[in-house]
Amino acid sequence: MHAPDGFLNAGTAVVTGALSAGTVGAALRQAKHYLQHRQVPLAGITAAFVFAAQMFNFPIAAGTTGHLLGGALAAILLGPHVGAVVITVVVVVQALVFADGGLTALGYNLLNMAVIPAYGGYAVFKLFRRLLPATSGGVVAATGLAGWVSVVLSSMAFSIEWLFGATAPVSFTRVFAAMVGVHLLIGTGEGVISALTVGTVLASRPDLIAGAADLDAGQIEDTRGPRAPTLLIAGVVAALFLASVVSQFAFADPDGLERVAQETGFAASGEEHLLSDSVFADYATAGIENETVSLAIAGVAGTLIVLAVGWGLLLGVKRPGRRSAV
Amino acid sequence: MSHPVSVADLHFAYPDGRQALSGVTFSVGKGERLAVLGPNGAGKTTLALHLNGLLRAARGTIRIGDLEVTDDNLVEIRRRVGLVFQDPDDQLFMPTVAEDVAFGPANLGLEGDELEGRVDEALAAVEATNLRQRVPHHLSGGEKRRASLATVLAMDPGVLVFDEPASGLDPAGRRELMETLVGLPVTQVLITHDLPLALELCPRSVILDEGRVSADGPTAGLLGDDELLARHRLEMPYRLDGRKSGR
Amino acid sequence: MGAGHAHALYVHEHSAVHRLAPEAKLAAALSFIAAVAVTPREAVWAFGLYALVLALVLAAARVPPRFLFLRLLGILPFVAFAFLIPFVATGDRVEVLGIEVSGEGLWGAWNILAKATLGAATSIGLAATTEVPKLIEGLGALKVPAVLVSIAAFMIRYLELIAEELGRMRMAMAARGYDPHWLGQVKPIAAAAGAMFVRSYERGERVHSAMLARGYSGVMPVLRPAGAGWFDWLLAMTLPLTGVVIAAVALVVT
Repeated sequence: MHAPDGFLNAGTAVVTGALSAGTVGAALRQAKHYLQHRQVPLAGITAAFVFAAQMFNFPIAAGTTGHLLGGALAAILLGPHVGAVVITVVVVVQALVFADGGLTALGYNLLNMAVIPAYGGYAVFKLFRRLLPATSGGVVAATGLAGWVSVVLSSMAFSIEWLFGATAPVSFTRVFAAMVGVHLLIGTGEGVISALTVGTVLASRPDLIAGAADLDAGQIEDTRGPRAPTLLIAGVVAALFLASVVSQFAFADPDGLERVAQETGFAASGEEHLLSDSVFADYATAGIENETVSLAIAGVAGTLIVLAVGWGLLLGVKRPGRRSAV
Repeated sequence: MSHPVSVADLHFAYPDGRQALSGVTFSVGKGERLAVLGPNGAGKTTLALHLNGLLRAARGTIRIGDLEVTDDNLVEIRRRVGLVFQDPDDQLFMPTVAEDVAFGPANLGLEGDELEGRVDEALAAVEATNLRQRVPHHLSGGEKRRASLATVLAMDPGVLVFDEPASGLDPAGRRELMETLVGLPVTQVLITHDLPLALELCPRSVILDEGRVSADGPTAGLLGDDELLARHRLEMPYRLDGRKSGR
Repeated sequence: MGAGHAHALYVHEHSAVHRLAPEAKLAAALSFIAAVAVTPREAVWAFGLYALVLALVLAAARVPPRFLFLRLLGILPFVAFAFLIPFVATGDRVEVLGIEVSGEGLWGAWNILAKATLGAATSIGLAATTEVPKLIEGLGALKVPAVLVSIAAFMIRYLELIAEELGRMRMAMAARGYDPHWLGQVKPIAAAAGAMFVRSYERGERVHSAMLARGYSGVMPVLRPAGAGWFDWLLAMTLPLTGVVIAAVALVVT
């Protein structure tokens, strides 16, 4: 998913750049205490671990291989803020040193590969930690679901960015269907590998896992995962979560959205709109046309609603008591 | 007059409850080279970390010269005691050897030409001037070891503490290391289970086992006592007279 | 993916480009790519000029064309995507070699291809003329937060070490006949990853101890003051300034 330079238009690059810089700045402030006291070498070396882990190709099925993105895994192992900072460093160095992902594409690459997987993945993880039993088996299952959802969220984010910043007239629905479809599959690999990795660490050094810091020794000993019905419910919740995201693209008149996007965004380049593919044309004209405004509002509202749904679920679902934990 | 290092009744337990040191007492004379011998898990590394103030005694005292190791004088303690870690890759963390050697003195507040001078001296002392701009990852085992030593020498310590100094070295690298250590005019504590190394470098040894000093005396005498060695899971690869030890 | 070893990225030469201060080179590369990125895709001539200017710089830096080409293969997956665009894009249809494709899509594909290649070639040139630790140092000089720069420096230092460890684990698995074909067989890979995390974490703790032992107080000492003089900046900025002029002309005439 390391997009190269020029993949999305300049305006999108600038806006996502600002979003990523803002989030990483906030993450740095949150992680300041941790990083100041002892963990700069630790964060650097675990960043090297994530980088190396991304080189690990694993088979999915029928000759297809995937590799770890590691955003959710890093957030679960190190906490969301340090996790986001660590993945940010990985993505920046990949672009700078390895020419892997464009330098001007860093805004959206950071958003898709660092910010969204780390925070989105961690939110999903916390949600499932509440749903699932407080045992190491529960942590492993929650990690798997979080890893899977994080990759799908990341592909959704990419599709949304395409909606605003496409450089070719490929319809949003087409990109969305293809990206999300493929990543629903690839995400299973991310989920399985993340879960098993956390499982291995739980067995040897459970104290190193930020996302399992609440477990006591007895609960760590308890490797029983959730029972089938619980896992089924968890799966349904994961699907609902993803569906709630997908539904955001249908809440406004989808044809209308599509049409507006066509008119203002990616269909605009060419002879009839000479300036529209240039510098910030799409954004400079924003606010003039009503439909453009509605498109922007729809996008922002969609994102906010996704976040609200996520946190709502998180707050609404009561954590099962320790005794009733299955 | 006070010893460069004196440890009295040192106790320490890790947060997980494991008792690592239970009443360690010994001292090292000025300019002496002392070996601390013991099997795996005897508490050797724990002891090394105490000498530099990285771990704090639960009970007992450590004095470095006239100074007791406390929270207030850690900066001075760490200047006086140079700790060389077992794995040079833990010690050499900066992008180049020169920057790594400069790290310690820079923390002491040195800068500019003075800092450069320290780096040059330290590298020259271990014959590693040619490694200056090298990347630590690409050094050989022996070169890494010498660079690690330079990083602590740059702080101008009076006492050097080595944790398994010869581990991972080939025979030639080991020979070079021994020659370097003999040439350094500072008090040295070698923490190791490498008995031939101790015999060659250190006139006196203490044996540490289960968190206690169980023997303290001339190295040749301790290593000649097969029964003592066997009791502490220590073994000379060859008998002192050169025959393979009978078992 | 970003597999590869740091020493395979650098071309050991002594050109003027190599000697430039890293922060000046970094800023120059970034601004040049930005100029490329905002250039209208219809200005085909502009992309030709960019390529020419960049080729001159890379030649001056004695970066071998073969080296550049091999490194450029890294962007292939996205090139493949770009080639797909004309077929899936909407809009007016044009006929190319007897196949009907989207004309808009062709432009889109060209746009991504041209900008991605120029961007990657610039980055490759940057890494080929600047050693990795210097690049990281340059980030610091450009006021990237010190914590991020330090984390990046530690990451670079230990990356090869950990990657080699990983390679050895894979070898040990293969030596015992491990050859996974589907996701159900990946447990050993994940076990290795878990073990690697624990080892990395523990190394992080030991490195921290080694730093404390040499008087570390939570702040990395600044060992070298920033070294970019006005001459470095002047020389480095000729590249992006040329780029900006080309981009400006392209924006006006297109």
